[in-house]
Amino acid sequence: MTSLAVNDHQAETAAPAKVIQPVWVRIVHWTNAFAMILMIMSGWQIYNASPLFGFTFSRSITLGGWLGGALLWHFAAMWLLMVNGLTYLALGFATGRFRKKLLPITPGGVIADTKAALTFKLSHDDLSKYNSVQKLLYAGIITVGVVIVLSGLSMWKPVQLHWLVALFGGYDFARYVHFTCMALIVVFLVIHVALALLVPKSLRAMLIGR
Amino acid sequence: MGRLRKLLIPGVDKKLLLRDAVKTMPELTRRRFITAGTSLGALTLLTGCDVVDSSSAEELLKKVSKFNDAVQAWMFNPDALAPTFPESMITKPFPFNAYYDLDDAPEIAGADWKLEVRGLVDNKKSWTLDELYKLPQVKQVTRHICVEGWSAIGSWTGTPLRDFLKLVGADTRANYVWFQCADKDGYNSPLDMRSALHPQTQMTFKFADQILPRAYGFPMKIRVPTKLGFKNPKYVLSMEVTNDYKGGYWEDQGYNSFSGS
Repeated sequence: MTSLAVNDHQAETAAPAKVIQPVWVRIVHWTNAFAMILMIMSGWQIYNASPLFGFTFSRSITLGGWLGGALLWHFAAMWLLMVNGLTYLALGFATGRFRKKLLPITPGGVIADTKAALTFKLSHDDLSKYNSVQKLLYAGIITVGVVIVLSGLSMWKPVQLHWLVALFGGYDFARYVHFTCMALIVVFLVIHVALALLVPKSLRAMLIGR
Repeated sequence: MGRLRKLLIPGVDKKLLLRDAVKTMPELTRRRFITAGTSLGALTLLTGCDVVDSSSAEELLKKVSKFNDAVQAWMFNPDALAPTFPESMITKPFPFNAYYDLDDAPEIAGADWKLEVRGLVDNKKSWTLDELYKLPQVKQVTRHICVEGWSAIGSWTGTPLRDFLKLVGADTRANYVWFQCADKDGYNSPLDMRSALHPQTQMTFKFADQILPRAYGFPMKIRVPTKLGFKNPKYVLSMEVTNDYKGGYWEDQGYNSFSGS
């Protein structure tokens, strides 16, 4: 995945032979996409049972049909999400991918690359290297992913994991944390998909590796 | 369990859907809605019922829910206490919550009521309210967490269930204490023995230092702060110590059976 592009054609001629997305990244990426969508859609149905804000989600975009069905989906998909997420984190650290791809993130780099992106001057010649904005967004969304799982666990087991609930400022506050993380993930998802469509070779890399 | 199957997919279980829909309506509309006799076909249309045919998905979800029961039993620490709160944090008014309106809540005459004790116990005598009131009582201020997501802090006073189970000579190696209640449509619910023996699990006779009002389950509710609200029986008629899983009102409709918090 990458961000805004105008000069894609420059990279086309370079014909990248090396693997941009190793097979394990592609597997966990699409597994995560599947699990995340199940979690979000069933989560919206659960939200509807006791809305935090003055709106509910249309039933046409929720999963489970009613609260009980949605909870079954949510507490089933959570295993897929967690096992897959832990695999991703473990391999990300073990293979050095996080270090190589996501670090360093410097304020200067982020500002310069944001400017470049907004003026359509950001280069995508080498998809194996993330620009600073990408680094920040990916590191950020990984953090959000960790927080949404932890806040979810705290709401699932507020007695057994009472220390975790306390960490989130109590049960009621944990619900807002969980919701906010969902909203951030949805915003990320929209941008992520839009940019993948703008730079199709990044989508290809996530599908076939190169 | 063809019944569960219908519940997983939008629009298929008419009864529950109707109940859900009705709950979200303003009081007046709700009444009219019910009396008018809704077209269930229209309701199905509204919800769009063909996401996935999920007899296989449903089987899988049921299995995962059973697996989650096991995981929660494994996670359950009999010594972990639910957080308690100062009385100043009690939610006022504490919400009435049920699958029916307050008007339809059971009206039980305390003088005629007796708690029936059945199953694997030495002493199967029934208990009057006066007899129960004489047992030592403890107060707890804990958080009631609803399966819907909301929560409220309340003050409950009563006898620890484990003391009562000891008193009647219950076989505490049995799997469940199963409660049958007076709610319309026959609410009942199984409570796993380890949760039943948890120090905070209580036969509740008072709310906020007053005799339990009808809204909160007079004459007796079972307060289980380590479980979601729907596993806290109100208007209790009988308890049965048993090794059999007898199902429950909400559990049979698809809510996770352990539902520990």
